[in-house]
Amino acid sequence: MFEKNYIELFQENRALVERGSSGVMNALRDRALESLKTYGLPSKKLEEYLHTDVSAWFEPDWGMNLARLDMPVDMAQAFRCNVPNLSTLMYFLANDSYAESHSASRVLPDGVIAGSLKEISDSNPELVSEYYGRLADLDKTGTAAFNTLFAQDGFMVYVPDGVCVEKPLQLVTLLQSKVDLLVNRRILVVLGRGAQLKMLLCDHALSANSFLSTQVIEVFAGQDSRFELYDLEETHTRNHRVSELYIRQEAGSWVHADSITLNNGSTRNSSFVTLAGRGASLSLNGAAIADSSQHVDNLTFVDHREPDCTSSELFKYVLDGQSTGAFAGKVLVRPGSQRTVSQQTNRNICLTRQARMFTQPQLEIYADDVKCSHGSTVGQLDDNAMFYMRQRGISEKEARMLLMLAFVAEVIGMVELDALRDRLTRLVEKRFRGELSQCEGCRACR
Amino acid sequence: MNNMLEIRDLQASVADKQILKGINLTVNAGEVHAIMGPNGSGKSTMSNVLVGHPGYTVTGGSVTFKGKDLLAMPAEDRSHEGLFLSFQYPVEIPGVSMTNFMRTAINEKRKYQGLPPMAPTDFLKLIKEKRDLVKLDAKFMNRSVNEGFSGGEKKRNEIFQMAMLEPSLSILDETDSGLDIDALRIVADGVNRLKSPETAVIVITHYQRLLDYIKPDIVHVLYQGRIIRTAGPQLALELEERGYDWVIKEFEESQK
Repeated sequence: MFEKNYIELFQENRALVERGSSGVMNALRDRALESLKTYGLPSKKLEEYLHTDVSAWFEPDWGMNLARLDMPVDMAQAFRCNVPNLSTLMYFLANDSYAESHSASRVLPDGVIAGSLKEISDSNPELVSEYYGRLADLDKTGTAAFNTLFAQDGFMVYVPDGVCVEKPLQLVTLLQSKVDLLVNRRILVVLGRGAQLKMLLCDHALSANSFLSTQVIEVFAGQDSRFELYDLEETHTRNHRVSELYIRQEAGSWVHADSITLNNGSTRNSSFVTLAGRGASLSLNGAAIADSSQHVDNLTFVDHREPDCTSSELFKYVLDGQSTGAFAGKVLVRPGSQRTVSQQTNRNICLTRQARMFTQPQLEIYADDVKCSHGSTVGQLDDNAMFYMRQRGISEKEARMLLMLAFVAEVIGMVELDALRDRLTRLVEKRFRGELSQCEGCRACR
Repeated sequence: MNNMLEIRDLQASVADKQILKGINLTVNAGEVHAIMGPNGSGKSTMSNVLVGHPGYTVTGGSVTFKGKDLLAMPAEDRSHEGLFLSFQYPVEIPGVSMTNFMRTAINEKRKYQGLPPMAPTDFLKLIKEKRDLVKLDAKFMNRSVNEGFSGGEKKRNEIFQMAMLEPSLSILDETDSGLDIDALRIVADGVNRLKSPETAVIVITHYQRLLDYIKPDIVHVLYQGRIIRTAGPQLALELEERGYDWVIKEFEESQK
C-alpha cells in the first residue's frame, strides 16, 4: 500500500534518477515499475513474509538521495573494520554510492574488473547488460523491483575465465546520514569458467538515525568456478535491511555463502540459489544473534535443476530478550535431478520465554534417486551441561557463554578464511557479553 | 581437619517426592567413606544435593563444609570451596573443547581465590601432568567435552578433572559403572594417588569391586533415605557376600 507514494516519487523524479545512473541500469526501470505496480511491496499476506511485514518498513517518509548529493562518510572509522591478519582488497559503498577509497592501491589480476557498478556499466555496457537484472526476480518480490527501480549505483566484480583472485575482496557498506535514509544497493558478481573469488561484505550503520536498505546481490558462478561469500551485518536497532541474494551455479561450480547477523534492527535476508549445471555444490549457512526487540528472518530457496548436485544448509539462531527469529527454507528437487544430495538444518535457542522463533523447513522432491533430509529444532541451553560446568566451578554466566559460543561456533567454524573465522569468534563472544550493544558501526569492532 | 563435612538430619525431595529422610554423616580429612545401598535408596540424590543440583530441593537439615554453610552456596562456589563430584553420567558438551573448559574452570576458581588467571605455559604443564595420572591421551584435550568418549574414557576424564581442580572432598558417584577391569584400575589408581591427609573421598557404589582398589575406612548403608548401618571396611565384604536383605531386616526389627 505504501508503494503508491514511491511510484509517484519515481515518476516525478525519473529524470533525476536516470541522470545519476547508467544506461544499463536505466533500461530495466520500465519493467521494474510495472512489476512494482502489479505486485506491490511484500506484506504479511504473503506466506513467505508471514513473520516479517517488509512493506511496513517503507511506510515512514524516508529521505532518498536521488540527486546523488555527495554524502561524506567517515572513512577513518570504516578502516577499523580491518580484519587483523587478513589483508583484503577493500572497497566501499557509502550509503548507496560507490566511494573511491583512499586505501593502498589494489592490485587485481589481469582482466578482473571491480568497482562502481554505474561506472563499469558505462564503460562496459555489453558485459554488464548480459548479467545485470538477469537473476533478480522482478515478478516475485516487490523489493527486487523496488531496488531495480531506484538503484543508481552499487558494486560490481567480474573475474574472467580461469582467473583466481587470491586476496579476499572486502566490500564495506556504510550507512551514515543526518536524516533517516532509505538506500538501494546493488551488487553484481560474475565469475567466468574456473574463476575463483572470496568476498566479504560488512554492513555497518555509522550514525544513530534510522535506515532502510534494500540490497540485491546477483551472483553468476560459471562452470567449475569457486566462490565464497560472507555477508556480515553489524548495524543497530534502528536499521531495517531487506537483502536478496540470487546465485546461479553452472556445472561443477562450488559456492559457499554465509550470512551472519551480529547486530541489527529488523532484517530480512532471502537467498535464492539455482543449481543450473550438473555437479554443482552449494553450502549455504547463517547465524543470527538477537536480543531486545531485534528481528531476523532468513528465507532460502535452493533449486536443484540438474543431476549430481549437492546442497547443504545450516542456520542457527540465538534469541534473547523479546527478539524474534524466522527461518523458512525450501529445497526443490526437479524431475531428473538424480543423485541430488541435500541437507537442511535449522537449530535455534530461545534464552527467554519471550523470545520467539518461527521455523519452516520445506522439501519438494520430484526425482527418485536422491538423498535429502531436513531438520529443525527450537530449544533452550542444555540444563545438564550447565550444571556439569557449574559443578566444575564455572559460573552460570560463563557456562551460558560457553554454551552459546559453542552453539554458534558450528556455523562460524565453516568460514573458510582463518583470520575471518577468528575475528568472527571474537565478535560473537563480544556480542554475547553485551560489548557490541553500543555498536554504531565499526567503532566497536576493533 | 576434623569434621570437614558435617551432614545433620538432611532431608531432600525431587519433584515433591521425599527421597532423603534424615541423613547424618561426618567426614574427616584423610578418610575414605563408602556409601552402599540398594537401587533407589537415595545415594545419587545425596551426592546431587551436596553439590547443589537445582533439580533437588532441600526440605530440612544442615550441611557444613569446612565450617561453612554448604547449602547456602551456589553450585560453583561449592566447587571453589573444594567439593567435587565425579558424575555417574558425565555430560557431553558439543562445541566446548576440553582445554577451554578446563581453562575456564581453573581460572574461575583462581578468580574466587583472588588469584590472576594461570599463565598459559603453567596451564599446559598442569594438563600434561594430570593427564598422565589417568593415562588420558593428549588428543582428548582438543575434543569437545566428553563428546565421542567411550564409557571408560568419560570416567577417566572425570578423575582427570578432579586432579586438575584438586578438591578437598571428592564424591565418586558409581564411578565403577561401565568400567572394565583395566579402566577401573586406572581410575582407582588415579584416585589413590590424589589422596592425602588433607583430602577426603566419598565413594558411592553398588559393588565391592571398586573398594578392592579404593580402600574405605568407613562403610555406610543407605536405605530409604537414611543411613541404616555404619561399620568398618569388612561390612562391604559382608554385603558383597550376603546382599542387603539382612541389614534391612535387622534395621526394620530395631525400629519396632
